[in-house]
Formats: sequence, C-alpha cells, structure tokens
Amino acid sequence: MATKASRAAARLMISPAVLLLLGWMIVPLALTLYFSFLRYNLITPGAHPFVGWENYYWFVTDPSFKVAMVNTLQLVGGVLLITVVGGVIFALLLDLPMFGQGIIRIMVIAPFFVMPTVSALVWKNMLMNPVNGIFGQIAKAFGFQPIDFMGQIPLLSIILIVSWQWLPFATLILFTAMQSLDREQLEAAEMDGARWPSRFIYIVLPHLSRAITVVILIQTIFLLSVFAEILVTTNGGPGTASTNLTYLIYVSSLLQFDVGMGSAGGVIAIILANIVAIFLMRMIGKNLDA
Amino acid sequence: MGRIILDKVTKSFGEVEVIPPLDLEIDDGEFVVFVGPSGCGKSTLLRLIAGLEDVSGGHISIDGKDATEIPPAKRGLAMVFQSYALYPHMSVRKNIAFPLRMAGLDKAEQEKRVMQAAEVLNLTDYLDRRPGQLSGGQRQRVAIGRAIVREPAAFLFDEPLSNLDAALRVGMRLEISELHKRLATTMIYVTHDQVEAMTMADKIVVLQAGVIEQVGSPLELYQRPRNTFVAGFIGSPKMNLIGGAEAEKMGAATIGIRPEHIEISDTEGTWKGRVGVSEHLGSDTFFHVQTEASPEPITVRTTGEKALEYGQDVFLTPRPEHLHRFDAAGLRIE
Ligand SMILES: Nc1ncnc2c1ncn2[C@@H]1O[C@H](COP(=O)(O)OP(=O)(O)OP(=O)(O)O)[C@@H](O)[C@H]1O
Ligand SMILES: [Mg+2]
Repeated sequence: MATKASRAAARLMISPAVLLLLGWMIVPLALTLYFSFLRYNLITPGAHPFVGWENYYWFVTDPSFKVAMVNTLQLVGGVLLITVVGGVIFALLLDLPMFGQGIIRIMVIAPFFVMPTVSALVWKNMLMNPVNGIFGQIAKAFGFQPIDFMGQIPLLSIILIVSWQWLPFATLILFTAMQSLDREQLEAAEMDGARWPSRFIYIVLPHLSRAITVVILIQTIFLLSVFAEILVTTNGGPGTASTNLTYLIYVSSLLQFDVGMGSAGGVIAIILANIVAIFLMRMIGKNLDA
Repeated sequence: MGRIILDKVTKSFGEVEVIPPLDLEIDDGEFVVFVGPSGCGKSTLLRLIAGLEDVSGGHISIDGKDATEIPPAKRGLAMVFQSYALYPHMSVRKNIAFPLRMAGLDKAEQEKRVMQAAEVLNLTDYLDRRPGQLSGGQRQRVAIGRAIVREPAAFLFDEPLSNLDAALRVGMRLEISELHKRLATTMIYVTHDQVEAMTMADKIVVLQAGVIEQVGSPLELYQRPRNTFVAGFIGSPKMNLIGGAEAEKMGAATIGIRPEHIEISDTEGTWKGRVGVSEHLGSDTFFHVQTEASPEPITVRTTGEKALEYGQDVFLTPRPEHLHRFDAAGLRIE
C-alpha cells in the first residue's frame, strides 16, 4: 500500500495542515514557556524579572501538587475503567434485537450532547444534593442517612459525572465495532462448543480490542484536562480533595494571580501529558497496527 | 455414527414458511448434496440440522437420538461456513485447536490432533500464521481442519467453495471427496454448482422453495428426473423442454431431451431448424438451433470438431430412447 513515492506524496499533501497546526500550537506554547521563567504576579506590578527554575521549584514542592497528581491519575483511571467496562456492556446490550431499538440507541448517545458544565450542575443539584437531590430523597425514603456527595466523596462524584458524559462515546465506538463482528464467527464458536463466556473472551473481546484501544487513547487525552466539571461542582475541594493538575494551574494563575507559577504548572502538565501519551502508544498502540 | 433423520421438519421466519414439512433420511457415511436455486432454503435446512436455527415443527434425530432440543455444540456435528468464519486473531494452530480447547482436552492431546489434521490437509507449514496471511484455498483447509479435529458424527458444508476461483475449486472438490473416502464420515454439502453436486454426491437432494423435488443418486437424477424442475435443473447445458404440438404427438404435456441426445444432420431429421450461436469448448460444441418445434432455441451438443455456419439450415433428430415425457402437472410419465 505504501510505496516510497506515495509516502512522499502523502507527506507533501498533509504538510500545509501540519504547518498550520504547528504555528497554532507554537505561539501559545512559546509564550507559556517564556512566562514560566519570569516572576510575574498580577497583584505586584512593575518589572517581571527572569528567575530561572524558581517557579517550577515552588510548583512541584507545593504539597497540593502531589495531591493533584494522584487525583488526576485516579480521575483518568476511574473514568476509563467505568466507561470501557460500561461501554462494552452497553454495546452488547444494544446489539441484541429489541423493541424500540432506534430510540434506545439515540437515548444512549444523548449525554454526549450535553455541555460539561450543564451536566455537572444537573448532577450536583438535581441528583447528588443531600437535601434536594434525588439520591438523597431515595436514601431518606429507605431510612438511610443521605450521602453528601460533594463533601464526603468529591473525587468519586466527579468521576461518576465525567463517566456519565463519556460513556456514550465509548459505547458508540464499541457498538460500531460490535456490529462489524462476523456473526458466522460466533456461530462457528458455538458449534465448536464455546459457551457464552468463552465466546465473549475468545471472539468478542479480541474483536473489540482495537476499538477499546481507540477509546482509551482518545479519552485519556481529554480526561487529563477535565476542568469545567470540577469548577462548577466542588471547586477542587474540600481542601484539595478533588483538585487535579488542570485545576491547580487555574488556582495558581487566576486565583492567586501568579502567571509565572501557572505557566510553570502548564509546562509540567504538557510534559506529563506527553509522557502518558508515549507510554500509552507504546503499550497499546501495538494493537493498532496489527 | 452419523445417521440423520428429519421428520416433518418445518421452519418459518415470522409469517413466512421457508420450509414446509420435510422428511429426509441420511445414512451413516453418506455424502449428501443439497442443490437448488438461490433462496430455496438450503442453508436454512443445514442450519436446522446444525442447531443454529430452531425448528418450527417436527423432529431431527441424530444416531437414533432426538436432537431437536439439543444445543449445536452437543450434536456432535461440525460445520464449515461459506465465509470460513476463522478466528482472525488466532494462529492457524489455535484455530484448529479451538474446539479441542473448548472440550477441555489436555495440551499434548490437542497438539497431537492438530498435527494430524494439519498433515492430512497439508497445513504443517502454515500453523503459526494468522488466517489473514493465507490464501483462500488455505483458509478453506484451515476451516476443514477445525472441523475434522473434533471427529464429528457428520460434517456440514455450506457452499464451501463458492469464494474460490475455478481452478482451485476443482482441486478442493477432489480434496473433499478424498477426505470423505478416507474418513467415511457422513457429509452434508450445500451448493448451487451442479458440477459439484454431480461429481461429489452419493445422494443428491434437489430443493425448490423448501420442498424436496427429488432424492437420488446423481445418475438416477440425470437419467430419470421425476419432474420438469429436476429435469431442467440437473445437467449442463440444460435439458431442452418442449411443449405444445410436438409434445402432444407423443402423448405428453412436455417432452424433454438432453443436448447430448440429439443427432444433428445437414440433410434429414425430425425437426428442421436454423443454426444460431455456437459455443466451442474444444472438447464439445454447443449449437443453439431455432426450430419450428419450440419457440426456444434447442441446444445440441456435438463433438468439438463439428463446425456449422451461423444461419445454416440443419435437421435435428432426438434419440427416442432418451426422450423424457412429462404430464400437465410436470410429473414424469413412464
Ligand atoms: N433470518 C431470516 N429471517 C427471515 N427470512 C430468512 C432468514 N434467513 C433466511 N430467510 C429466508 O429463507 C429463504 C431461504 O434462505 P436460505 O438462506 O436457506 O437460502 P439458500 O437456499 O441457502 O440460498 P443461497 O443459495 O442463495 O445461499 C430465503 O427466502 C430467505 O429470504
Ligand atoms: Mg445459502
């Protein structure tokens, strides 16, 4: 498929887009890098002296940095787990012949069209509020103490909200993959004596593995920068219990007006994201070029 | 071993009855071919026997046991699908071993049986490849390998050769026949290629719209078709079926004569006609002759050396001992 000539032509063809994207990224990146080496606080006007690695030092040694890192990983990992497992289950269910299939499929996709801020607010006020929320009411109806989601389990609550938003995406991709599974393969496995669990493990899962890889790669990139859901629900709190890296950067630069520190955090986030991306590509990217 | 009996089996998809009540007996070790036009229910019948579809009525028994309610895996049958249905992410070795693995055989026994099957099918060099790295014929053999390792009571083939090119098809046809001779296991084979049907079968089942038109050995079907459908379906090129006045002269509604049973002459004969298209196959030549006897041109088969001009006048004479006569309902008159 790929001759030398066709590869060269392909490079030439995509170069304008690549250059445009590069310029688009390079300018803000360069500015961030530049600011990250300055002492630049919006509250203290005057000169912005060059201070070397100082901003980085203070950002990394701040106790909330470590918490934010752990929270970020938990958030990404938790949402990935829920959406991939849930997505596979939904894909299997949607694949069954049932009444009102079209409508159900659209309904499953619907959460993806709701803006993150809106859905987070709905979850916070309508569902998870301990006094007025539906979960609280249900708990009370059964005589339990309602859970204060945002106070007691803030990170888990955010994981649930974000999972709810991303489940449709995972479902959609996995469902499409599911539909491309050759029915005769399943029948052959059935004739070969494979029961349902074996058919799932040996036929369905390997068939879905490529789609699962795509889901994990794409979602990780977006989940590393979850922000709106935290801003409108817990504000990173209580304390720093639900602060992720993105939110910590926001706190430094826009709540503490420390542009230098925020930029340093931004650069660290970029580096981390790239490490994760390379790591992921290495680990599961193999699946893609089979 | 592999005696399969269908007793008044029916199948409907919703309102549509695809198979009206159908009886059929398949003896142990027999090679049975289902033929019929597209959509007549061959695959459905095979899937009913395999257990991949539930019957709407009637009973299927395998080796004397009622298998109607038994799930496919327990029927002891192996199926080779038209698309091969190999597992793409497993090596050839794993593909062939899959049924054994599901049956819980130990590793050494699995390996032994896989090697045996691979030797029979000339697959030993390909055991570590994925199905995607094989040619069509090799994939076909892997699918057969996966079927034979289970040592099933019967093999079911659903148009296994239809994805192969003509040369490979001839080769695989021989290999499957060879395999049948060697294993002496019952085989049920679906095809709409009548050369496959004629050459491979011990017994041919001709189906039309879910109804069995005739069951018999290839030669029986060729020599004594029970009705006009079988007469027209078996044999290539098709039997000439002539209605109208010519048939009435012989006391039938329709008469049939195969192309190879007609004499062609420049000077005299029963039917006068004019040569249309001629098809030269080398060994044979087919002439399509327009006569007064029927509105359709009559096909005549001669040796390859015979040459006639387009538009030339000729005379055709059917050999009386090979004439088939059918009544108004299309049934054979003896
Ligand atoms: N799942 C199904 N639902 C409804 N109708 C079906 C289903 N499967 C098959 N049919 C119908 O049953 C009839 C027989 O189909 P079948 O696949 O057995 O034909 P076939 O003889 O194998 O044809 P071909 O030679 O084209 O493979 C067809 O008219 C088909 O439309
Ligand atoms: Mg078919």
